[in-house]
Amino acid sequence: MEEVDVEPTVTNIPAASDGKHLGFAWGPGDILVYETLYKGSDAKGSGCSFIHEVRKDEDIYSPILRKLFNESHHIFVGLQTIREDLPSKNKKNQFVSISKNYRSVIRACMEELQQVAVSTKEAAVATQYGNQVSILLAIELIWNLCEVLFIDAAPAGSLLLHLLDWVRLHKADVDEKAREVLQSESPAEHRDYWDVVVSYVLQGRLEEARSMYKLIDTLLSRMPFYNPGGNQTLTEFDVKWRHWHDEVNRCLQDNSFASNRHLEIICKILAGDEDTLLEHKELLSTWYHFLVTRLLFSHPTVKPTELHYYAQSCLTMFLDSRSVPEPLDNILLAAFEFDIHQVIKDCSIALNNWWFVAHLTDLLDHCKLLQSHNLHFGSNLREFLLLEYASGLFTHHSLWQLAVDYFDHCPEFGHVYLELQIERVPLDTERKALKVLRICDQRQMSEQVRSICKIMAMRALRNNRLGSALSWSIRAKDAAFATLISERFLQDYCTRGTFSDLDLIDNLGPAMLLSDRLTFLGKYREFHKLYGEKRFGEAAKLLLSLMTAKIAPRSFWMTLLTDALPLLEQKEVIFSADQTHELMFCLEELTSCLNASALGSPKTSQDEDIELTKVELLRLSLARNLAMAIIKEGTVEA
Amino acid sequence: MFVARSIAADHKDLIHDVSYDFHGRRMATCSSDQSVKVWDKSENGEWHCTASWKTHSGSVWRVTWAHPEFGQVLASCSFDRTAAVWEEIVGESNDKQRGLSHWIKRTTLVDSRTSVTDVKFAPKHMGLMLTTCSADGVVRIYEAPDVMNLSQWSLQHEISCKLSCSCISWNPSSSRAHPPMFAVGSDDSNVTYGGKVQIYEYNENTRKYSKAETLMTVTDAVHDIAFAPNLGRSFHVLAIATKDVRIFKLVPMRKESTSTGPTKLEVQIVAQFDNHNSQVWRVSWNITSTLLASSGDDGCVRLWKANYMDNWKCTGILKGDGSPLTGSSGQPTAMSTVVGSSVQTSQSTLNGIKKCQTLC
Repeated sequence: MEEVDVEPTVTNIPAASDGKHLGFAWGPGDILVYETLYKGSDAKGSGCSFIHEVRKDEDIYSPILRKLFNESHHIFVGLQTIREDLPSKNKKNQFVSISKNYRSVIRACMEELQQVAVSTKEAAVATQYGNQVSILLAIELIWNLCEVLFIDAAPAGSLLLHLLDWVRLHKADVDEKAREVLQSESPAEHRDYWDVVVSYVLQGRLEEARSMYKLIDTLLSRMPFYNPGGNQTLTEFDVKWRHWHDEVNRCLQDNSFASNRHLEIICKILAGDEDTLLEHKELLSTWYHFLVTRLLFSHPTVKPTELHYYAQSCLTMFLDSRSVPEPLDNILLAAFEFDIHQVIKDCSIALNNWWFVAHLTDLLDHCKLLQSHNLHFGSNLREFLLLEYASGLFTHHSLWQLAVDYFDHCPEFGHVYLELQIERVPLDTERKALKVLRICDQRQMSEQVRSICKIMAMRALRNNRLGSALSWSIRAKDAAFATLISERFLQDYCTRGTFSDLDLIDNLGPAMLLSDRLTFLGKYREFHKLYGEKRFGEAAKLLLSLMTAKIAPRSFWMTLLTDALPLLEQKEVIFSADQTHELMFCLEELTSCLNASALGSPKTSQDEDIELTKVELLRLSLARNLAMAIIKEGTVEA
Repeated sequence: MFVARSIAADHKDLIHDVSYDFHGRRMATCSSDQSVKVWDKSENGEWHCTASWKTHSGSVWRVTWAHPEFGQVLASCSFDRTAAVWEEIVGESNDKQRGLSHWIKRTTLVDSRTSVTDVKFAPKHMGLMLTTCSADGVVRIYEAPDVMNLSQWSLQHEISCKLSCSCISWNPSSSRAHPPMFAVGSDDSNVTYGGKVQIYEYNENTRKYSKAETLMTVTDAVHDIAFAPNLGRSFHVLAIATKDVRIFKLVPMRKESTSTGPTKLEVQIVAQFDNHNSQVWRVSWNITSTLLASSGDDGCVRLWKANYMDNWKCTGILKGDGSPLTGSSGQPTAMSTVVGSSVQTSQSTLNGIKKCQTLC
């Protein structure tokens, strides 16, 4: 496939003068451009430059088009899940129905846009929406033709009928004119009367034309139309049609309509006279209408493979020598030549949004129409276009969710594109973060899950929301971070005497095991709960185990021993003799440690005094408790 | 393409670098006025400057964001021979209401004896690592072992490239198949000194970076380099800004089990564009590596795209036209050329379509 070099578009950046360089930075969905000077040395320049946000002319920001994207997304997902084992005839019907669905979505969107364009008071909005309507009209025109030629793949005979429908659908101003004419006082005298009659004939709507004029009734009523469902073969129809065609020619040669110029014109049209057809360019208005009409009245049994000969010549004949074919014309020509790849390529170039080519190519690929052309890039082309379209959606604050499904159905690169882009979705709120996480979880994207949880945990920690930070780091399975946050909780407790986020800590469950410090935090809180519920025996046991099982960090032991004091001071003996021994052992271990470290770091004498007093108090309490415990255990129960 | 919005940057001198953060909601700008500004994007798309402070005692060449997993962290490098790391401090509530935030310096890296020309964070899977390169030809790699304490950075590697360095780029691939790799570009203009792009790779055994490849075909001064995001490919793609725009493909060749050196790389040139017709100063990839942008002496920014056949061509040009900035922002130029006179846009056509729906 030859690459035609299309000149790149130039976008002008205001307030950036000639001679200055342009710096840039890629962003999500846009590129920032600014004035600068690239030189090696310490360059000086003028200040107060502007930074310009440059975006592609993409329509994803239009609210009405958003509906198009949302609804076509449904159709797309449905298409991907069509069962492979259906017989091909059923599949074809399904594909045609899906194509019609896409087209009705386009039409609905067009109508809405047209309504706004007509009703708005702002000229700029009206122009913009009007332009979008034109583009969508062109898109629907192309899609419809592709459906007729490629998806429905009508054979000779039916082909022309489908093309007639196609033309009629896109040139419907005739009916409005007809209404106007019929509603006037004397329709036959109306200035548009003959235009209406001729237009009907040009469109092959002979019934309507007949009702407009009786004289030419017989000819019109006898024109045979091919009936795909009937018993007639194509050859039989051809014979019948030639017979009728000869009759028309005879009428012309006999000068039957010499008295009436208008009727003669209609007769010439029925005979397929090209010059007469071309005289009515205004009524035809497009070369493809000319093409279909010409075929209707000269080659109704045209085969799909013959179309392009007629198409090219009709285009040439219809355009006057001054005008050049427009991009739309070339696209339609390529379709008539059954060059699907050219159609897709030209549409990609001409349109500024990948929506159309991506969805159409996907549908054509499902119909297995791309593979037969070139094995190399059949499915790659589909994926390439879908990836482009979906990547564009990803920069939008809500449409990004649609993009996920598109990536899911791109087997080669979809996953890695999703990985790359989903990380960049701004996590504005927790709700949004959870949404992103759910998508990653469903697709086993564990690294992305971890990263997002880590970002949320970091953010929470910076804003001092320890509970949130802890639950995010548990979700990220980040032991190091969980340890850090647990430390903060414990520090908080030491300074304030209470825990924050009790709900979270109480309900840690197995997550507690993520890090040692976290386990300690959980267990320590449990100790407090037990104490609060006056389950002193259990509380005591737990407290002791925290030290003996080395769950508690050495730095916290003093606090724990201090916590033990109220239990030691109870009237009832709570700690057994053995337990008391263990506590004493812990205390000695702690003090010897402290003494060792005290040699290194000088403390103020005040601090030292406090430390000593605490230790003294503990020793006293422990000794007293030991005494009472020995007595209690030694006493024989009466 | 169109200009959607223009922001008055308010720097008192030339802007040298603009950098978006990971999520595209904040940006940092740095200038010859020795300051860095941080901007936040509000929900309606407006940019507000939330911080502006003096960072160095010379022009600030580059500014870059760390991955948000490490918090809100910036690094800057300057003509004053230093690089610095900055962290945002969550301020007092009244500051937040006024939409301001504070950034404090966590560390200054003073090892370079000449202007520090580029500063980049390594890919996040390597931890919090910062890389600088200087005009003295040395690449320095620093690491912060404790991400909660950003004032502690240790110099892990010092790599002498023999030529004055202008730019570095890390290979963003986190695949285990590729050991950490970065590319250094040199703006030394003496053509006889050989290849101006060097590729270094980390060696697990020696725990050091060793040179894997020198791109000998690049003999002119290199001003910028950029590895493309990896996208699951087995090979690497590197864009270079030199006297033209060049895109290279680096294919790792199969390693023999006994080889302990760096991976052998097969170097292929994918594309070369001289459309700028002058020195190219910057190259950068978009997030999906489907678009490459380059900026040149001709005052244009050019956008390059590959089609599905991997053929590269220019798809857009941004050019300063010196026109005054109008008050209104731009509007997208609808591509109505495709439609022209072939399609009627009247209400009746639409009505007809509605009516003929039954025909389909």
